[in-house]
Amino acid sequence: MNAQDTVASTENLTKVYGDRVAVDKVTMTVRRGEVYGFLGPNGAGKTTTLRMLLGLIRPTSGSAYATSPVGALIEGPGFFPYLSGRANLRTLARHRGFADAEVERVLERVDLAGRGDDRFKGYSLGMKQRLGVAAALMGDPELIVLDEPTNGLDPAGMADMRALVVDLARGGQTVLLSSHLLAEVQEICHRVGVIDDGRLLRESTVAELRGGVSIRVRATPEDAALAVALRLAGDEGVRRTDDGGMQLTLPPDAAPRVTRELVAAGVDVHEITAAERSLEEVFFEMTSGHEKELSS
Amino acid sequence: MSTLTTVTSSTVRSTVRSTRAEMMRLRAWPAVWITLGAWLALSLMFGYLFTYLSYTTGDASFTDEGTTQAEQLAQLLPTAVPDVFLQGMPMFGGALMMVLGALVAGNGYGWGTWKTVFSQGVRRGCAVLGAVAALTTFVVATLLVTLVFDLGISLLITVSEGQPVELPSAGSLVEALGAGFLVLEMWALLGFALGTLARGPALSVGLGLVWALVVENLLRGVGQLLSWVDALTEVLPGTAAGSLIGSIVGAGGNGDGTPGVLDTIPGTRAAITVAVYVGAAVALSVVLVRRRDVT
Repeated sequence: MNAQDTVASTENLTKVYGDRVAVDKVTMTVRRGEVYGFLGPNGAGKTTTLRMLLGLIRPTSGSAYATSPVGALIEGPGFFPYLSGRANLRTLARHRGFADAEVERVLERVDLAGRGDDRFKGYSLGMKQRLGVAAALMGDPELIVLDEPTNGLDPAGMADMRALVVDLARGGQTVLLSSHLLAEVQEICHRVGVIDDGRLLRESTVAELRGGVSIRVRATPEDAALAVALRLAGDEGVRRTDDGGMQLTLPPDAAPRVTRELVAAGVDVHEITAAERSLEEVFFEMTSGHEKELSS
Repeated sequence: MSTLTTVTSSTVRSTVRSTRAEMMRLRAWPAVWITLGAWLALSLMFGYLFTYLSYTTGDASFTDEGTTQAEQLAQLLPTAVPDVFLQGMPMFGGALMMVLGALVAGNGYGWGTWKTVFSQGVRRGCAVLGAVAALTTFVVATLLVTLVFDLGISLLITVSEGQPVELPSAGSLVEALGAGFLVLEMWALLGFALGTLARGPALSVGLGLVWALVVENLLRGVGQLLSWVDALTEVLPGTAAGSLIGSIVGAGGNGDGTPGVLDTIPGTRAAITVAVYVGAAVALSVVLVRRRDVT
C-alpha cells in the first residue's frame, strides 16, 4: 500500500475531555475504494474519532487526515425543520456551489424524490437519516463517512442502505462506515477497526478478524476421534469444545475426507459441520472485559 | 502574490455561495417574517396609531402628552417620517433584531445545521460571513420596507386630513437610513455573536433581551449615583444606539421621551461606538466558530 491508496488516516489520535480520555492514541488507515467498518459499543469513541477526522473537533494530540472532497453524515442528520428535504439540500448545494440537478440526483439515489417537498420536521426518523445520507453523497465525494446510517431505518430501509453502500464501493468510492450493527458490517465491509474505551483494539480484514473457517465434529469414541483429528489438522489445528466435540482448523471442503478417515478408524460420526465464527462472537470476545452491551 | 490573490478570490467565492445559501433559508423561515411583521406593527402603533387617535379624539395618550394638536398632526405628516422611522429603533427594533440574530446563529447549533455544513467541507469562516451577510441584507430590507411603510401611512393621513403633500428631504432620509442601519445592524450582529457564544438560541435570546431592556437601564440609573458606572454606561451598546438616534430626532426635547432615545454622548461618538460594536461582533463570531469544537 502506498500513500496514494490512503484516503483517510489517523496517527496516535487522542482526545481528552477533562480527566476522561475519549479517544486514546488511535492509529487507523482507510484505503481507497474499500468499505471500512468502524466498530465499537456506544460510547467507545467512534463518533469523536470521526469528528476529529472531519475537522469538527480538534485533537488533544496526534493527527488526522481525510481526503477532499468528503461527504459525511455524523451523529444524526441536522437540517432546518421548517424547510422541505429538497430545500434543505438546495441550501447545502448553494454553500458548496452545486447545481440543483445534483440535489435531484441524490434525492433519487436515496429514494426520497417523491417526498422531497415535505417539510423536514414531518419526516420519519428513517427519512431524516436518508436525507442525511443524500447530503453526504452530494458532489460524488471520494470519501463518504457514514456514522450509524441505518439508525431509525426499518428492515427494508436497512437493506436498501446496505445495497447503497455496496453500490458506492463498486463505483470506486470509499466508505467509512461507523456502526454497532455487527451483521451489517460483516456483510458489507472489507476491513474493520474495532474500538472500545477509546482504544483501537484491532484493525484487519473481516476474514482475518473472524479467524478463518473450521470444521466442527462430534464423534465417539472421543479418544479415537481425537487421534484422527490430530493426524489431519495437527496439534495447533484441533480445539476441544465444551459439548465433547472438536473444532478443526480446516477448510469446509475437507469435511468429506475427515468423515471418511473417522469412519475408517471405526469412529461413529454424530455430527460434522463447517463452522464460522461470526463477527459478533469475535467482537464480544474482544470487548468482553468491558461489560458493555451493544444496542440492538 | 498570485497565491494570495487565489486564496482571496476563493474565500470571496465561498462567502458569496454561503450568503446565497443563508439568504435562501432565511427567506423561507417564518421567524424572519414574524420579526418583520412585529416590527411594522410596533412602528404603526407607536409611530402613528396612538398619535393619530390622540389627534382625532383630543385625548392625550402617553406618547403625546403635553403636545398640541398641531404638533401631533406635524408628527403624522411625511416631513416627520425620518424621526418617526428612527424613534423605535434603539429599543424595540434593536431587541427584535437581536432576537433574530441570536436565532440565526444559535439555531444552527440547536438544529445541527452548522455541523452538517462544516462536515461537508464548507469553510467555517466563509459560512459565518455568509450568514452575517444574509442577516445584513435582511436588516437593509427591513429598513427600506419600514421607510416605505411609514411614508405610505403618513401620505394616507396627509390626504385624509386634507394637508398639502410635502416630502422629507433626501438628505434627512439618507441620514435616517444610515443611522437606522447602524443601530439595527449592531443589535442583529450582537445577537448573532451571543447565539454563537451560547451555541444555542434560548440562552442567547434570554440574555440579550435582559441586557438590552433591563440591565442597561438599571446601570444608567446607578450611574447617576456612581461616576465610574456613569462612565461605563457611555460605552454600552444601548447608550450608543440611543444617543445616535437621539442626536438626530432629539432626546425628549420635544416632550415625547421615547424609550431608549438618549442624549448621553454626542452623535459622532455614538456612531463610532456603534460601528466598533458591529466590527467586534463579526470578529468575535468568526473567531469563535473557527476555533471552537463543533459538537
